[in-house]
Amino acid sequence: MILCLVDGDPVSLEALTFARGLGDVEALMFEETDVDGYTAHARRVVHPLLGDYAPEAWAHAIVELEPEVVVAPGTDRGHEVLAHVAARLGVPLAANVVAAAADGDALQLTRQRWGGSLLEEARLTGTPKLLTVAAHAVVAQSAGVTTTTEEFTPSLTDEHFVVQVSGREQPTAGTVRLDTARVVVGGGRGVGSKEGFELLEELANLLGGTVGGSRVVTNLGWRPHSDQVGQTGARIAPDLYIACGISGAIQHIVGCKSAKRILVINKDQNAPIVARADWAVIGDLHEIVPAIVAELRKNGT
Amino acid sequence: MCVKRVPETGARITLTGDAQAIDTSLLGFTISPHEECAVEEALRIVGEHGGSTTVLTLGPPGAAEQLQNAMAMGVENAVLLETDGSDWNAEATAAALADAIRAQPEPFDVLLFGNEGADTGDYQVGVRVAHTLGLPCVTGIKGIAIEDGKLTARREAGGGWEIFELPLPAVVTVKEGINLPRYASLPGRLRAKKTPIARIEPQPRASALETIRLVVPPEQETHVEILAGGADAAPRVVEVLRELGLV
Repeated sequence: MILCLVDGDPVSLEALTFARGLGDVEALMFEETDVDGYTAHARRVVHPLLGDYAPEAWAHAIVELEPEVVVAPGTDRGHEVLAHVAARLGVPLAANVVAAAADGDALQLTRQRWGGSLLEEARLTGTPKLLTVAAHAVVAQSAGVTTTTEEFTPSLTDEHFVVQVSGREQPTAGTVRLDTARVVVGGGRGVGSKEGFELLEELANLLGGTVGGSRVVTNLGWRPHSDQVGQTGARIAPDLYIACGISGAIQHIVGCKSAKRILVINKDQNAPIVARADWAVIGDLHEIVPAIVAELRKNGT
Repeated sequence: MCVKRVPETGARITLTGDAQAIDTSLLGFTISPHEECAVEEALRIVGEHGGSTTVLTLGPPGAAEQLQNAMAMGVENAVLLETDGSDWNAEATAAALADAIRAQPEPFDVLLFGNEGADTGDYQVGVRVAHTLGLPCVTGIKGIAIEDGKLTARREAGGGWEIFELPLPAVVTVKEGINLPRYASLPGRLRAKKTPIARIEPQPRASALETIRLVVPPEQETHVEILAGGADAAPRVVEVLRELGLV
């Protein structure tokens, strides 16, 4: 059995699409997610003790099904749950896989190192084979099949709930999430100051998007770390990424390379990020961004 | 806390001739970013609650440099699990660390890791050590508070936060952003140089996940269109935004 963990994050549908390439897949759902069309078989995990997310309980349910292959999204939860499964069973976990092909009983894998700026080709043997799929490595696509869902009740006890989400803080109403925004306006050292980001905020607001930053900017305290785009921050995949005053270190590029289009505003035409862009405006962002904002307002946006 | 020595990569990664490793002949080394925050968090916790800190790393003899960096920040004790410099898999690394942690003379309350190594990105060593030691564990944490023998951990989720409560002792893997690591002071550096490092020789073991080779992904060069004129390009930018359906 090939099992695919569906954790409520939209990236789960990418993992499900990826897993179909390995054979018939069963989706294992702990939270209500619409997987209709993505797979013929789905199991919804039900148990009186099962409330909010509990990594060891989720891992136990997977172990109990004795799968041959487990695929999970490359999210905090996907990595955490499969690490628990791997530790319990004493088998490897291949994290952030971008390609997999059967080779007899083994799997030939390509996985990300260095956040994706380096790839590793590897061979995975043994059972079960555990892998997470790198976010945005594949495009989620329905298979157009009818999905039959049945319930599955694992044998969970209190010991599986020592670690469990015990509270939540909801995001402030009206905030646009960095990882799902259609437009992200990113700022780097070239923005010059904390206050300089007000310009970027204005542009992002006009476009219904949100602001992100490079590692330099979050380390300087100009933006909170939650705004960081890059290897140690968020991996984004917006329709448009507007990179302002960002030179484009590889650690930043791996965070934004899944953007469908990139518009660069930079003083230096030779900055590495320009080679990754679809469009570039060369010059001072402190003049260019206000000019774009003024033009948008003139057009009644 | 457990840290990892990683090369400071520049704008491009270059591989060795056999494609088994990064060519580090021209590179400096550092503590992997999430783990540098683990060091800072350990010092912050001890500053608030008292106690002492020990840093462990598995790596080549040169990894003593990263242990000294941690000691220069204020960590008291250091243990080097010395290897021949080859890449160890996550299972072997976790087993060796768990053995070394069990052999420590003092019991501990909190065991910190980075969420994932900057280089191999395996996302699992902390969880494996927790299982071996029979301890509760949570990963990807960006906030820790300790009160009444209980650890409260915060993780970013869906633009908000989810909160976990763990009994001590506990294993926590942290992410950059939990704090801003302090700089080492000069007296700290001098003291670190004089402090002895405990050394252990761990035994490697094979994994069913075997690296064949490393590959630098091809550059995704795009055809960049320069919108000329600096600020005068604004109307053309808005045209592009309109073509993309964003205005």
